[in-house]
Amino acid sequence: MAIDVENLPSKTEERPIGFGRLKRKEDARFIRGKGTYLDDIRLPGMVYGALLRSPYAHARIVSIDTSKALAHPNVAAVVTAKDLETLGLAWMPTISYDTQAVLAGDKVRFQGQEVAFVIATDEYSANDALQLIDVEYEPLPAIVNARKALDPDAPLIRDDKTGQRDNLASPTWEAGDQAATDRVFAEADTIVSRDIIYPRCHPAPLETCGIIADFNPETGQLDIYNGNQAPHAHRTVYAHVAGLAEHMIRIRCSDIGGGFGNKVPVYPGYVCAIAGSIVAGVPVKWVENRTENLVSTGFARDYIMRGEICSKGGKITGLRVDVLADHGAFDSTAQPTKFPAGFFHIVCGSYDLEASHVQVKAVYTNKAPGGVAYRCSFRITEAVYLVERMVDALALEMGVDPIELRMRSFIGPEQFPYETTTGWTYDSGNYAETMRVAMDIAGYEDLRREQAEKRARGELMGIGVTFFTEGVGAGPRKHMDILGLAMNDGADLRVHPSGKAVVSISAQTQGQGHETTFAQIVAEELGIPPEDVEVRHGDTDKSPYGLGTYGSRSTPVSGAAVAVVSRKVRDKARLIAATMLETRPEDLAWEKGRWYVKGDPEKGALIEEIAARAYSGEAMPAELEGGLDAQVIYDPPNLTYPYGAYIAVVDIDRDTGHVTVRRFIAVDDCGVRINPMIVDGQIHGGLAEGVGIALMELISFDAEGNCLNSSFMDYLIPTALECPDFELGETVTPCPHHPLGAKGVGESPNVGSPPAIVNAVIDALYETHGVDHIDMPCTPARVWAAMQGRAEPPQ
Amino acid sequence: MQTPAAFEYERATSVEGALASLQRLGPEARVIAGGHSLLPMMKLRLANPAHLIDINDLKELSYIREEGGELRIGALTRHVDLLKSELLFRHAPLFRDAEQVIADPVVRNRGTIGGSLCQADAAEDLSAVCSAIKAKAVIRGAGGERVVAMHDFHVGPYMTAVGGGELLTEVRVPLRPYGGSAHEKVERRAGDWAIAAASVAVWMEGSRIAEAGIALSAVGLTTIHLSRAEELLRGKAPSDELFTEAGAIASADCSPSADGRGPVDYKRHLAGVLTKRALLRATARALHQEV
Amino acid sequence: MDVSIAINGEQVSREVEPRQLLVHFIRETPGLTGTHWGCDTSNCGACVVLMDGAPVKSCTILAAMCEGHEIRTVESLEVDGRLDPVQMGFHERHALQCGFCTPGMLMTARALLDENPDPTEHEIRTAISGAICRCTGYKNIVSAVRWAAEYEAAAKQGV
Repeated sequence: MAIDVENLPSKTEERPIGFGRLKRKEDARFIRGKGTYLDDIRLPGMVYGALLRSPYAHARIVSIDTSKALAHPNVAAVVTAKDLETLGLAWMPTISYDTQAVLAGDKVRFQGQEVAFVIATDEYSANDALQLIDVEYEPLPAIVNARKALDPDAPLIRDDKTGQRDNLASPTWEAGDQAATDRVFAEADTIVSRDIIYPRCHPAPLETCGIIADFNPETGQLDIYNGNQAPHAHRTVYAHVAGLAEHMIRIRCSDIGGGFGNKVPVYPGYVCAIAGSIVAGVPVKWVENRTENLVSTGFARDYIMRGEICSKGGKITGLRVDVLADHGAFDSTAQPTKFPAGFFHIVCGSYDLEASHVQVKAVYTNKAPGGVAYRCSFRITEAVYLVERMVDALALEMGVDPIELRMRSFIGPEQFPYETTTGWTYDSGNYAETMRVAMDIAGYEDLRREQAEKRARGELMGIGVTFFTEGVGAGPRKHMDILGLAMNDGADLRVHPSGKAVVSISAQTQGQGHETTFAQIVAEELGIPPEDVEVRHGDTDKSPYGLGTYGSRSTPVSGAAVAVVSRKVRDKARLIAATMLETRPEDLAWEKGRWYVKGDPEKGALIEEIAARAYSGEAMPAELEGGLDAQVIYDPPNLTYPYGAYIAVVDIDRDTGHVTVRRFIAVDDCGVRINPMIVDGQIHGGLAEGVGIALMELISFDAEGNCLNSSFMDYLIPTALECPDFELGETVTPCPHHPLGAKGVGESPNVGSPPAIVNAVIDALYETHGVDHIDMPCTPARVWAAMQGRAEPPQ
Repeated sequence: MQTPAAFEYERATSVEGALASLQRLGPEARVIAGGHSLLPMMKLRLANPAHLIDINDLKELSYIREEGGELRIGALTRHVDLLKSELLFRHAPLFRDAEQVIADPVVRNRGTIGGSLCQADAAEDLSAVCSAIKAKAVIRGAGGERVVAMHDFHVGPYMTAVGGGELLTEVRVPLRPYGGSAHEKVERRAGDWAIAAASVAVWMEGSRIAEAGIALSAVGLTTIHLSRAEELLRGKAPSDELFTEAGAIASADCSPSADGRGPVDYKRHLAGVLTKRALLRATARALHQEV
Repeated sequence: MDVSIAINGEQVSREVEPRQLLVHFIRETPGLTGTHWGCDTSNCGACVVLMDGAPVKSCTILAAMCEGHEIRTVESLEVDGRLDPVQMGFHERHALQCGFCTPGMLMTARALLDENPDPTEHEIRTAISGAICRCTGYKNIVSAVRWAAEYEAAAKQGV
């Protein structure tokens, strides 16, 4: 395809005012290398922090000698728990109502735990100073295997908590109906059970976590620069922890080099930097290195699950799941308060079950804290992995094609809104249609033929299917809060006299394209071109309160807020237009960008004319104030429920066990798409992460609790050579309760892809090698072991 | 980012100068070429030399040429040049096989053959390549030059025959007619170290294998030289059964350790599979039968 | 020690420790924070710049080693307000999301097209296999590089 350089598409193609494929506004700075990421920021007088971390997974701290470090000419201070205790900062609250040590005082409880904080004139000196701190440890036995955490002789990890007598982090939480489920299983034709593990992995965004804390002792103002996904929530936490008034703290989010849930928690390094700045009165920068990121920041998953599934009359009828969750040494999982297992109980899946029952309990282990991260939609990645693996296991047992079993068991389109057996109300869906689109794109029948031919030649090829429904956009204030804060998001829209606008939002982009998509929402509702809509975010002084971006909240919550606030502005504009046009508001009709008189379309007022009028001295409707702006806090009535059908095609080298993902077909239904280009990009990225999780990503430990994957040499992330050319399709089933009919999509690809790939691996190996289960990651060694009949869960 | 400890730095302007500095500064001095083995170790504080001698200006050590019945490769030759060299590919295609899977293309712009061989990690692909192709290492010191067979070059894990005050300057690959070679590797992901790799060179006499060189990466404390398998192949006609038997020797004669890349039995299995694959490909190349 | 490096055609001279890495030397030069870092072990490629025209990982090179060599960073791609075709391609094809890997990818793409003006998909994927992207899944990056290749081919024909 020859390119006409004089008439580039960007110059001549239609630039949608509203929804559509619009190239991103934020690209301008990033393609020039002019983004401002945290480590790019330098403030006058700034000093550098570095954290000394524990080499032991579990040990008593006997002594800390900081004298040699303090003697280093470039070192300004060395902070330990003792120092923080005087400020009341040695421990901090976590999002799960637990506490976490900022710096270890009595004991270290995971390898990599923070022990001392050095402040020096430059990064190199700070790193040098770490080598000069002498810590004497008394190692203790470590709990590395979650299954052993509740053994009677297990060492007590959280002896800091009054009344804690064992390593239970979160007591058993249940959903569904146990008695009804037992009855359904008793009447079933076929029952299958599996032990299924979702191993510990890590979001590992390309930019690590960091902060600049700048406390001004004269004004008492604390300025924070930080890449984090929930700036307002962080500010509330810091106000609480540091004893400062909220309005005296300003958080400005830098450009964020990827979040994926890694930048949701408050980390000890942040608190240390803040403490350092408060005490020293100069800006303190702390940026973690990659090892620190992998061993100490919020990991993802680590669910040990036992699933049982049953069918009757050829349809899936019941599901039972028992989960042991490994939360690490401190419970810092992030999820709404009433849902300690997040949204795991959506494990009932996309099927019209008669009954289901779920129970989840969580334990402490001597590992890094975390669990809810990496595009998990609050544990929906774990849930969908479980149910989609179980459905395939059931199909194997029943001798039925995995797509056929799903089609028979799907919730039908006429059943929406659908109340699941665990209390969710799915909003809308036409699952069979989406599944068929995926089959068409994949050429499913052809693939099965090809597989048969290859099998006859001794070649291993697998086709894996997943159909997922997930719930995003948390959430209604009557059900959902985090640390007592409602999960609502705000939007402020101000149209200036020129007719151009600024919309301020609570969401916080980490690459999702908010500066473009939110401008498109305003454009769609008001007809102001996106290039004339400035999207403001990330500055707590300038954006409305909200809980930020994770759990795919941006479109369902902030997007809804922006739509609603735009409509408020539009309604106000109508009243002003009526005065301008000397008619009644009910006589006006709207076309994008303009109110016009119903009977006399030539007679109208453009939005920019209305804006000019709103600020002018001319007559306004009696009941209205001047200006053209509005504010909204949006309380979503429900989650939204995007869904999708994914098909993976893998080839396995028979002699080496090496798995290649040859094709990956993803058909997502996320309702109305604001910018299809951005939606597709989000899906590509999540699918690549799924390839990583399914084939190579793993955070593992040896028996002493040493982390074995503490750098990118051993925490493997897929390159362009491991990712296929993703094939995407779409169906669009609008969300009935969202103002735009949009559902959000950011996490769906992570939710749906790992089970599709694992199902494909098993599909390749079942007939020839009898493999009916394998746990991730499907590395060559682990696949080969499965082929020898020696599959084992990962360590 | 993790950063190295402090050190003194100088740039060598000649080989003699580099050698003199090494002599003068003693064991606390390390030579740095591409730096992609040494600098990461220094950042992690696993290596803390007090002095670095930068030899990147010694262009006279970067070449691939035919001389005296051998291919001579300067120690400072970068991986990317080994990959691209048609001369090398023509005579010893296993170099290109290996280079395509050594690290990644960006690292290959800096890393050198000398650096890889002297790093002497058991998983270094080029160590197996040079062993299989029966290369020799030229080591220069104050006392002059000596030539060491590859089998004697790799002494142990991270240990080579290069002594204090010495530099590896050249690798010499013997040119023999009717040869074919191949390198086969399995890795968890592009750019990763080998779980196992096999390098094979064969030289034919008519329809029989006159001589073979077989070496394995990543399945022992150092490069594994499969002399028993070479012995088996001498004088024999290539066949699937023969190569399977060679593979069995490879499995038996290596000594892998379990780690994140795989357990012992899998690595032994791979050693056998990859030896056989490399033998098949090397022989096909020798007989000009490669598809 | 005094180190003087040609960066984007200009001599940048500073007194630094021998251990200062090139990536830090670059980032401490005013206006040159476009080169990023993302790991400790030379794996991620966020730090890729061109050294004498070839992509290298600037986190694994000492600044001192770069005297006498030409370093080019992402900031050199735009000239007199005109974007390089690789920059245009990344924008056209939505080949960036968070933008953190983008400078390294752009420089790798620029070097690839300088050497191979008509790369296949596989050649592109191989060329960028030394860099990690967590956001895009690589599909649009491949597409962007093809776009730039075609743009440059068409521009050449037009001359």
